[in-house]
Amino acid sequence: MIQLTNMIPFNNFKSIKRCYSTAKSKKWKSVVGLEVHAQIFTESKLFSGSSTKFTSPVNSNVSLFDCSTPGTLPVLNKSCVEAGVLTALALNCNINPVSTFDRKHYFYADMPSGYQITQQRSPLALNGKLAFQVYTPGYHKTPYKTEVKIKQVQLEQDSGKSLHDDDRSLVDLNRAGIPLMELVFEPDLKDGEEAAALIKELTSILQRINTCSCKMEEGALRVDANVSIHQEGEPYGTRTEIKNIGSVRGVAGAVKYEIERQIKVKESGGTITNETRAWDAASKITVAMRDKEELQDYRYMPEPNLPPLHVAVGPFTRGCVNVEELKNKIPELPEETRVRLKNEMGLSSEQAIVLVNDTALLNIFETALEKRKISPKLLANFLINEFNTMLNKLDKEAKDIDTSPKFYGDIVELLENNKINRNTAKYLLGKIIENTKETPLEILQKEDLLQISNEEELKEICAKVIEENEKLVKQYKAGKTKVFKAIMGCVSAKTKGKADMGKCEKLLKDMLN
Amino acid sequence: MEKVLHSNIRTAARLLLEKHIKSTDLLKTSFIKAKNLKKYNAFITLTENEGTSQAENSLQRFQLDKPKSELDGIPIAIKDNFCTNNIKTTCASKMLENFVPAYNATVYERLQDSGACLVGKTNLDQFAMGAGTVDSIYGPTKNIWGYKEGSEEFYISGGSSGGSAIAVSSGACFGAIGSDTGGSTRNPASYCGLVGLKPTYGLVSRHGLIPLVNSMDVPGILTRTVDDCVSILNAVAGFDEKDSTSLTKPYNKIRLPPFNKLGVQGLRVGIPIEYHSEFLRDEVYDTWNEIANILEKYGAKIKQVSLRHTEFSIVCYSILNQCEVASNMARYDGIEFGLRADNHSSTEKLFATSRSLGFNEVVRNRILTGNYFLLTRNYEKYFNQALKVRRLISNDFDNVWEDVQVLLTPTTLSTAPLYKEFIQKTNRDQCALQDYCTQPANMAGIPAVSIPIKLSKNGLPLSLQVMGKNLSEPMILALAKFIEGIVEFKHFT
Repeated sequence: MIQLTNMIPFNNFKSIKRCYSTAKSKKWKSVVGLEVHAQIFTESKLFSGSSTKFTSPVNSNVSLFDCSTPGTLPVLNKSCVEAGVLTALALNCNINPVSTFDRKHYFYADMPSGYQITQQRSPLALNGKLAFQVYTPGYHKTPYKTEVKIKQVQLEQDSGKSLHDDDRSLVDLNRAGIPLMELVFEPDLKDGEEAAALIKELTSILQRINTCSCKMEEGALRVDANVSIHQEGEPYGTRTEIKNIGSVRGVAGAVKYEIERQIKVKESGGTITNETRAWDAASKITVAMRDKEELQDYRYMPEPNLPPLHVAVGPFTRGCVNVEELKNKIPELPEETRVRLKNEMGLSSEQAIVLVNDTALLNIFETALEKRKISPKLLANFLINEFNTMLNKLDKEAKDIDTSPKFYGDIVELLENNKINRNTAKYLLGKIIENTKETPLEILQKEDLLQISNEEELKEICAKVIEENEKLVKQYKAGKTKVFKAIMGCVSAKTKGKADMGKCEKLLKDMLN
Repeated sequence: MEKVLHSNIRTAARLLLEKHIKSTDLLKTSFIKAKNLKKYNAFITLTENEGTSQAENSLQRFQLDKPKSELDGIPIAIKDNFCTNNIKTTCASKMLENFVPAYNATVYERLQDSGACLVGKTNLDQFAMGAGTVDSIYGPTKNIWGYKEGSEEFYISGGSSGGSAIAVSSGACFGAIGSDTGGSTRNPASYCGLVGLKPTYGLVSRHGLIPLVNSMDVPGILTRTVDDCVSILNAVAGFDEKDSTSLTKPYNKIRLPPFNKLGVQGLRVGIPIEYHSEFLRDEVYDTWNEIANILEKYGAKIKQVSLRHTEFSIVCYSILNQCEVASNMARYDGIEFGLRADNHSSTEKLFATSRSLGFNEVVRNRILTGNYFLLTRNYEKYFNQALKVRRLISNDFDNVWEDVQVLLTPTTLSTAPLYKEFIQKTNRDQCALQDYCTQPANMAGIPAVSIPIKLSKNGLPLSLQVMGKNLSEPMILALAKFIEGIVEFKHFT
């Protein structure tokens, strides 16, 4: 999976832009709303003591309650409430002092009780808002800020999984009863990039407060998108819902495709039907899901086995968790980090956004800066450009690399102090990614890579180069100044790239003129 | 030994403690008795293996003079809608005919922990949906009272905990656990001449009780004497973390003084006029009057009170019951447990066939109606309206406690009906009639106890009910014991 934060090779820029400009028909406005199911990062399930470990063997995390054995009862996991409240606070929601649970009925083989316990009438939290930056390098020229409102945050159970074979179906209940937070966003977004940016922002927030692993590849975060189009000044059009999008790029792609599809339908005189569609990530299209049976009536009913959930708001102790205590647990959130990076460290908006979008990269950045005086801007630049480009080539992400973050700081420090040049810096970077044991300095010493900056020594080398390259020198002196670069190249080659090329340029020019 | 079985828990406990009798012999006698009385059909399963090993352990404890409690070595029975580890738990249904749970209901766990020995699992109406113990795949439980050898006719035991009631009144055990959602413990207690307690909602854990209506279900207790009822209540009551609706307040064991130390001087007893239903039989009415007069004679203040919304209780209950049933029954799809039909053409077909084979018509009807009431377009009109009425009924009780401390009412409108008469009416109509006096207590969650008073002209038990406010078990049981001492009801021997 390529993340947005990774540098997109330059030659791709144009093609993306081209798609964008054709997709955006002037007269159509698109409206996008998201619903996110985030698995709460806890040890045990929402209403039972079973483990939530993703890698457990099939049907091994199943308690009697999880397979809905008659007579078993749900017992609410307090840490799920804490995670839900923490998340709601981070999304600036109003916490409901009393919320309730409901049963949502439907028959499905991987829903053992025939209903899902959710919070339909009175959810955990309401009315939040989140401001976030929208910036896809190569897509947007400059970042911009937008805001989305959160309708509600509710706790609910995940379902099990059905596996279909040719002639039989199998059920795995490991996922049944895993705690979910359903986050319902208002349709305040206008396109796929905003939707993707929201998911990225949400991911950073949830990872920081540690309430969801956000591993989309494990289904820990799943996105449904509602998309509609309308013409300016007219009411919103009929919306379609794209279910279960499993990656950030998928969100951008699915929404973009769906907007274009709806425009095409409308412009050819068709009508949009309210339907559920699926995102086919391989062929990059949305497809209508198998003819949806007539509208389901979920026959909601209050869950009689769970008393109302009390959350202490304000200076009270009643309830299973206390909002004030949880407020103090909220660490710096992404937007605050971006502001700090810009205001205190002098980074550009773009740099701040790219770093904050990649938790692992940001961690490298912040750890590398500790206890040393190097330019944060230079370090950010080095990580965003050199490091990310290298990761892209390796088809890896920052989180896959376990090199000590200090090593990156070492390299930038050496660079800033003119101990090495840019080429050596890149070389060292490649080395420390492969071999995580040796420090950059050790590699330098071992391989004798320190920059040659002693002027006498450089003079000697330059003289030798002039002596050995009579032909080039002749051409240069005859006015063909272009060959100067070639002469510089010879110096670099002779010193195996170690020479301080700035100094050499000056020396050579002096010697040749 | 058989005589011991017909005595009370305190007597048996003393005999066990003084080593006059052995737990193992006592239980053996229970099994013999249960087998001899097979014709009444009280038991679905006799648990000889479990019971015997429990009795052997009990015997060892007595040999060391270290019984676990006053219930150590006492034979008990449990309604077959409470899960028992490794013991078939059928709910008297085709659906769970072969269901063997992998855990114990808290009630059974606690009885086991106090040393009681399990005789067996008792008969009920399928999934406890009924008031007669007639709708069981194992056939009806027959009342021991008025039973004529060789006759086709018999009286019903009442229900849905009829099996538990007959197990106790026949003397196969000292006490039995039933469940009570609309009167399922008190109704058979009334018809079989037993003490039947419906505790305050939340006082006794529902964990392991296969639900009928979660918001009203409580485990109930059936015994021959009030003291026996208290002994069992003391063993099973109290907070259980496995049931989120169980009360967290610590339970204080109830100790009732002996009868001669009990009095009712100044006790304010309410007689709710609404319980004087048009269907109330004269004999029951007379019994009611008689006891009210006796209490007054002993110094109680008898006051006529009104619970205005009583008449709406049944229809309200019927809606809430069917909605929760529709929901609770959704898990029986043949996938994880229970009956699985041999139709694999599609998942939906498998569900549908398993469910129509596994449930009787009563259950299927309730599921259908419940789902209808829960449809989005009907929710406000039926379910939510029923919740509001339930609140009114509950408020009626709250208001009445300002005037009186306890309520005295009939438990059932008549004595036990004949089976052939009972089945003339539909399950629904019978429940409406049978639960009339018992069901409001479930709506309000309050405790209620049925006490046998005397025999009718045709030799069937007549009983009354005492209700009190939440957690007033010590008071209503004390009053029950007082009445018990006065009327000296003669148990079946």
